[in-house]
Amino acid sequence: MEDVSAKFVSQKISRTRWRPLPAAALQPPDVFATGSWDNEDNRISIWSAGDLGNAGLNGEYHGEPHLLCDIQHNGDVMDMQFLDQERIVVASSTGTVTIFRHHQNNQTLSADHRWAKAHYHVDQDTSCGGAACTGVVCNNPEIVTVGEDGRINLFRADQKDAVRTIDNADSSTLHAVTFLRTTEILTVNSIGQLKIWDLRQQRNEPSQIFSLAGDRVPLHCVDRHPNQQHIVATGGQDGMLSIWDIRQGTMPVSLLNAHEAEMWEVHFHPSDPDHLFTCSEDGSLWHWDTSTNVSEKPSFLHQGGRSTAYLSHSTMNQSVVSAWLSNDPTKDRMEITNLIPNQTLSVNSLDVLGPCLVYGTDAEAIYVNRQLFA
Amino acid sequence: MTTGDGAPSSSRVFVVRRDQDIYIHTLRKLFNESHGIFMGLQRSEEELAGKSRKAQLVQVSKNYRSVIRACMEDMHQAAALKLGPAFLQVSILSAMELIWNLCEILFVEAATAGPLLLRLLDWVRLHVCDVDSMVREVLSSESPSKHKLFWNVVDVFVLQGRMDEARHLLSKEASANPASMNMYKILDDLMKKMPVPSLGNTQTLTELELKWQHWHEECQRYLQDGTFASNPHMESICKILLGDEDAILEKKELMTTWYHFLVTRLLYSHPTVKPMELRFYAQSSMDLFLGGESSPEPLDLILMAAFEFEMHQVIKECSIVLSNWWFVAHLTDLLDHCKLLQSHNLYFGSNMREFLLLEYASGLFSHHSLWQLGVDYFDHCPQFGRVYLELHIERVPLSTEQKALKVLRICEQRQMHEQVRSICKIMAMKALRNNRLGSALSWSIRAKDAAFATLISDRFLKDYCEKGCFSDLDLIDNLGPSMLLSDRLTFLGKYREFHRLYGEKRFAEAARLLLTLMTAHIAPCSFWMTLLTDALPLLEQKEVIFSAEQTYELMRCLEDLTAGNPDKQKFQDDDVETTKVEMLRLALARNLARVIVKEGTVEGS
Repeated sequence: MEDVSAKFVSQKISRTRWRPLPAAALQPPDVFATGSWDNEDNRISIWSAGDLGNAGLNGEYHGEPHLLCDIQHNGDVMDMQFLDQERIVVASSTGTVTIFRHHQNNQTLSADHRWAKAHYHVDQDTSCGGAACTGVVCNNPEIVTVGEDGRINLFRADQKDAVRTIDNADSSTLHAVTFLRTTEILTVNSIGQLKIWDLRQQRNEPSQIFSLAGDRVPLHCVDRHPNQQHIVATGGQDGMLSIWDIRQGTMPVSLLNAHEAEMWEVHFHPSDPDHLFTCSEDGSLWHWDTSTNVSEKPSFLHQGGRSTAYLSHSTMNQSVVSAWLSNDPTKDRMEITNLIPNQTLSVNSLDVLGPCLVYGTDAEAIYVNRQLFA
Repeated sequence: MTTGDGAPSSSRVFVVRRDQDIYIHTLRKLFNESHGIFMGLQRSEEELAGKSRKAQLVQVSKNYRSVIRACMEDMHQAAALKLGPAFLQVSILSAMELIWNLCEILFVEAATAGPLLLRLLDWVRLHVCDVDSMVREVLSSESPSKHKLFWNVVDVFVLQGRMDEARHLLSKEASANPASMNMYKILDDLMKKMPVPSLGNTQTLTELELKWQHWHEECQRYLQDGTFASNPHMESICKILLGDEDAILEKKELMTTWYHFLVTRLLYSHPTVKPMELRFYAQSSMDLFLGGESSPEPLDLILMAAFEFEMHQVIKECSIVLSNWWFVAHLTDLLDHCKLLQSHNLYFGSNMREFLLLEYASGLFSHHSLWQLGVDYFDHCPQFGRVYLELHIERVPLSTEQKALKVLRICEQRQMHEQVRSICKIMAMKALRNNRLGSALSWSIRAKDAAFATLISDRFLKDYCEKGCFSDLDLIDNLGPSMLLSDRLTFLGKYREFHRLYGEKRFAEAARLLLTLMTAHIAPCSFWMTLLTDALPLLEQKEVIFSAEQTYELMRCLEDLTAGNPDKQKFQDDDVETTKVEMLRLALARNLARVIVKEGTVEGS
């Protein structure tokens, strides 16, 4: 817990995202962005995580995050993702999608491009017709957004108008979207359905629909396994974590009773996918660890850097394949840890990259842990 | 309202009329961090008794104070950039921390005679900082003893009981001025030997008093012998050590406040002062210090009430003077946990702690963002908290679905069923107006609102009748167990299933389903005609689908339908309707004929 630095920032945080590292980078991530919500004046902020100059004895980084720059944002920040090293796409509760550019030479932010009224109810031109844009995902230069209007938009970063729009893709609210393959996306909605859309096809129908077995509990977040594209994790309104194998069946492979309230975000660790992280309205953040035979791992594998990821994947291929899809929880040991000792208000968002974790809460604080696997 | 000189530790408290406090950006940190401390306190172990509980409570008090100080730091930095209300806020925060610190010493920690003085000395050193810049200036100069403010700084150290630092400075003077070496040695010795209370149990009070008496007499002797007569500075220091009030009062400018004077007096005349004796010394100190030139400020009155151990008076005065309930609410809550407040019942029934917390939380609810903190405060007001919460939570504007979900979760966790229903209805209506039938249904499922589910199903059915096909098939096809929420919804699901079965050419099952829909009375009356019309293609099939029993049922339904509306003009005049009925009757009769024959025929082997 000493490795977690906290900072109270006077705004409720709805999203936190690490800036992606350049391909050959060896050092851990240092810069992250946050978006606020429920303010009269919401802001997108870029932070530097801890003071690099204060390296301790073991090369640990101390110091709390400090603000590099920020910019005013119209409406709540509903979702956010880095398009590349300098640009970040932000989804607003007014239905607008904006690309902001971070100028690193003078540490300022500016709005690069804006798609106003990307999401709207009924009539695009009425001023109060905006519908919240609830999810955004990018695969440079493509950007896909979904919203409360049940619409899916496909944008390209350099084009003024939407490349493609699927109106009424869903009769309920779409809560989140992620890429399955470069031409396929996954969406989750508020009647508990997981849908696959093939963007190459012109018809406005999902290519596959999955749903939960029992009550149609709304699904709030979705993430795909970084290496094995058929494994998908979703989080629901009742705090349940569902793991799906989309090659087979229309129902989840395993249902794990996790949180006591809505699960807001679920993330596989991008380089070490035996680890999964979820955060919830009940104020907890859980670390799910399915890496088996923990004690037999050589010590350097405990650091979650990029270079070690290949090793774990190739030598433990067999166990990795079955870890998440195992129906027998007693066979593959799963360690679940709550990373927050004194929970109070909701943890709205988290992001993991390398050995670093950042999360933001409704208690107007951001937390950075730079020694996740120590 | 007077504008002070802007010095951070000015002892004035400004009365601000409008409650703009909750909108000040830097103060939000105060509210959030203190919310965390408050929750920790409420959840802390009540079973811990005696010393460990007291230590825990003192730690909570220290945490609150460090939060105030952190806020002051931020404001100070913000003030460096722009003037205006920031200066005001910094001085108010500083005053709050001063009062809180004193309350911590006197009430929470309840320091006893001996340690009490040490705590008070720390308190003064921490809060009287007007002299800090002067001290720094002298210490950092090349030859401090030549500095014109040198003796001022030595006096400051002596007045604050910082003996070691005073002696260190004096040694510099002695080395620069060998003539006074003799005087210096004696003074240094006296200062070194001065008995002070200790925190541990190394000596009893009586021992301390004896030692102190002895030392006091020794100082007296040196003074009367005229040892320091040639150096007025050293002589005045010796007088101060003897607790000579006039000598101490001469240094009024260096003490700046009457409570500093009070503590200095106590240090040099009654170091074993008991808590209950403080009030007398406090009153006389204030009178002597102010000397009739100026009247006490609100801050002075609050501190005086604290020295008199009048807790309720302290809280009352603070409530009047401060513009925001934050301070009194948290302080009172802490004192209540220390079991120090008697149940001082206010005339409308709740006690003081609850009243203040309710006021504070209500203030939070008026903020567009801080309302979430208010919820937890209401939770810990046993008598009226729930009612207040019910009334406030309904008025939180629900701008996005995600915010509505959070509000809903708060209500569900506290079993506020009325509010849950009302919020879900609002969101479902909004969704319905925007033609988001799936969203509307998902809200009604959450509230288990059968009536609304019926409304939505009627909408679907209406759409079907108008367009001839279903909209939002992804929803209707995947209703699952939520279908059972309302009869109409079940009907909708089953009806769609009928269409599907028909499309898959599973006619026998489709027929059975159709019949169930009508006979089980889950179909609304208005829809029976449509259902019967749907039966037509099944009746007209080459293969006989309906059995005799089923056909009789269908006929009965048709007769029920037509018999039930004999006076309906529309029904009889409408050619289409009449034709339909005719066709149905014909088809049913034909089917009956065929099925009787079929069932009557003996099947071949």
